[in-house]
Amino acid sequence: MTTSGKTASAAYLRTTVAPPERPPPLTSGPLAWLRENLLSSPLNVALTLAGLYIVYVLVPPAVRFLLVDAVWTGEDRNACLVSAAGQPVGACWAFVASRLRYFVYGAYPDGQLWRVNLVFALCAAGIVWLLWTRAPRKDLGAIFFFGLFPVAAVVLLYGWPAIGLPHVHTSLWGGVVVTLVVAFAGIVVSLPFGVLLALGRRSRLPLVRLVSVTFIEFWRGVPLITVLIMANTMLPLFLPGNMSPDKLLRPLVGVALFASAYMAEVVRGGLQAIPKGQFEGAASLGLNYWQTTRLVVLPQALRIVIPGIVNTFIGLFKDTSLVSIVGIFDLMRTIEVSLADPRWATPVTAASGYAFAAIFYFVCCFGMSRYSIAMEKRLATGHKRQETDR
Amino acid sequence: MARTPPVQSPPPDRGDATGSWLYNPAVRGAAYQVALAAAVVLILYEASTNAIENMRRLGIVSGFGFWNAPAGFDINQRLISYSSTYSTYGEAFWVGLLNTLLVASAGIVLATVIGFVVGIARLSRNRIVSFLAACYVEFFRNIPLLLQLYVWYNAVLRALPAPRQSLSTADAVFLNNRGLFVPAPVFGEGSGLLLVAAVLACAAIAVFGRWARRDQDRTGRQHATGLVSLALFAGFMALGWFAAGRPVTFNVPDLRGFNIVGGLQIYPEFVALLLGLSIYTASFIAEIVRAGMLSVSRGQTEAAYSLGLRPGITQRLVIIPQAMRVIVPPLTSQLLNLTKNSSLAVAIGYPDLVQVFMGTVLNQTGQAIECVVITMLVYLLLSLLTSLAMNIYNRRVAIVER
Repeated sequence: MTTSGKTASAAYLRTTVAPPERPPPLTSGPLAWLRENLLSSPLNVALTLAGLYIVYVLVPPAVRFLLVDAVWTGEDRNACLVSAAGQPVGACWAFVASRLRYFVYGAYPDGQLWRVNLVFALCAAGIVWLLWTRAPRKDLGAIFFFGLFPVAAVVLLYGWPAIGLPHVHTSLWGGVVVTLVVAFAGIVVSLPFGVLLALGRRSRLPLVRLVSVTFIEFWRGVPLITVLIMANTMLPLFLPGNMSPDKLLRPLVGVALFASAYMAEVVRGGLQAIPKGQFEGAASLGLNYWQTTRLVVLPQALRIVIPGIVNTFIGLFKDTSLVSIVGIFDLMRTIEVSLADPRWATPVTAASGYAFAAIFYFVCCFGMSRYSIAMEKRLATGHKRQETDR
Repeated sequence: MARTPPVQSPPPDRGDATGSWLYNPAVRGAAYQVALAAAVVLILYEASTNAIENMRRLGIVSGFGFWNAPAGFDINQRLISYSSTYSTYGEAFWVGLLNTLLVASAGIVLATVIGFVVGIARLSRNRIVSFLAACYVEFFRNIPLLLQLYVWYNAVLRALPAPRQSLSTADAVFLNNRGLFVPAPVFGEGSGLLLVAAVLACAAIAVFGRWARRDQDRTGRQHATGLVSLALFAGFMALGWFAAGRPVTFNVPDLRGFNIVGGLQIYPEFVALLLGLSIYTASFIAEIVRAGMLSVSRGQTEAAYSLGLRPGITQRLVIIPQAMRVIVPPLTSQLLNLTKNSSLAVAIGYPDLVQVFMGTVLNQTGQAIECVVITMLVYLLLSLLTSLAMNIYNRRVAIVER
């Protein structure tokens, strides 16, 4: 409206053009990101500086210890002493390299190592088959991994003279082999057993429920180490007089029972997530309890709890290190034993051995947890609050 | 988790169609249960008869007679009077149990604090802080606790200097490979008055807090509750201190010859176990805290801002109380895990319940069943008490529905 002539005298109207405003501060690009995320307030600046300081304190020494100053080759302790290297000494990888065979295979006889390697290969094949989402015939994969593979592994590792594989007593097994055997036995037993217990806990029959709840709550209420000591000292007492179970078998029983209880609770979470309509639908089709469970409930429930199962397995995998306390030569114990070797006694030997173990466990567990998170994303329904909108 | 009622609807009664009681669900259910009961009884019977037979063969006399027998071994860290010359296995049990409770309660406090700090740091808008917190969580969560304990004990604390080269502060605190030595308070005559003063101070603080809240409800005025509480406490304690004639003196550790004499010795086993347990458990707690904070709907924050609350107050009065409802149940189970994991003490020689009772006592007496049963019962009891407390808490904080 151009009525300026009439209103020019009104005091509330501006007569001059307003000066242009300054452009808004950067809203995109690296500088804006820096300002937004790291330097938005004095407190934020202080936090940023403190964070950078922590990085400065931790990262360079770690890199120097693990890589730059590390000793990679050598015959004995002399290689890892400051006097020989003439410079500060980091991790003594030469020690790990010279003991690597022991860390992986324990005292397994030299000529028979191919058997262990074959088991490793079969195990890797089974894992890829089951975990790779686009692999065909998952059902066959499951039968292979949970049915054929354990039998093959026992035959290969323990031996069967009739087919030309000499016995290798379990006291000679050691290192990564034992760690994997314990973890694998735990998962193979605990998965079916845990499903049964979870079904039992939700059963209509009071006695079945009581037995399941008692079993689950008992094992979940006590520490694993007491279970292992119990298996070690009491299992021989509970079996008929002349039976003395194998030293490696005892902790396996303990780990399997313990893991089953935890697995049962994970599976129960999945069972509870199945809507009632599924049961009613199955009942209206005339399916009985086991048909409903097998064809309708479990396929859905187990899918939901895959991340939970993987997380339980991560816990189990870390817990296998506890068998070293009851005298089983798993990876932890082979490392502990090697640290006492006077031929490699240096100030950095312990740190190197532990660093090796830490890297091994970290790679395995971190890998599994990444897989579990990826699965969770695949299975997610898209209703969860996102990390970014807090 | 509350048990939901079984959801299977009872299968249709087909008794008429087939005419056989075999298909009656009630009969079948009873049959399954009888079979299960028979199996359980059979297993228990077999195990117990085998155990009795085996123990007779090995010459083990079962029973708790050993409880009052002299123990004859020493325990370095003890909270109650104990000596290898006159104490019994029963007293060794209590020493071990108290040591477990000591490290567990210290660990619970430390792990909760670290866990909350890291968990909140993970949600920080500052990318460096949140990245560091994420690194902490992933690093400590994915390495077995046992390995971490070995590292703390063998690679960190053992690498400290010998007593003669102790790191010391003001000649009163010494740190060396035999532990941390701090001045030990010696409570002289009249120390009871300090306790009385502390109780009175707490009572006064409680009364003031109630009054302050009522006054704020009535008038809207806010009171500096924290500062006043601090002043009240300090005042009461100072009064008690002088009224009792300065009853507490300190026994300061001192380097004599090759060792430190006097003071309070905190053993490296304890420190290693405490650090390992707290740092490991804190990585899980951090994830729980983060998940709890994220579970509070964004609308709550927006509503609080639209009411004019500042971000800090929004966090404290709106977000955290609601997040706690999600955080507390898994937090408790992690703290219970910490307590159970304290049994890893046996690996580094901290005299906890398992190390003392399932280790030394079991080996000395050969009473495997008794020792294992008692130890497991203690942990079971702890677990059950915790879940009981948890259920009560859950009922109290549950959202009140119409």
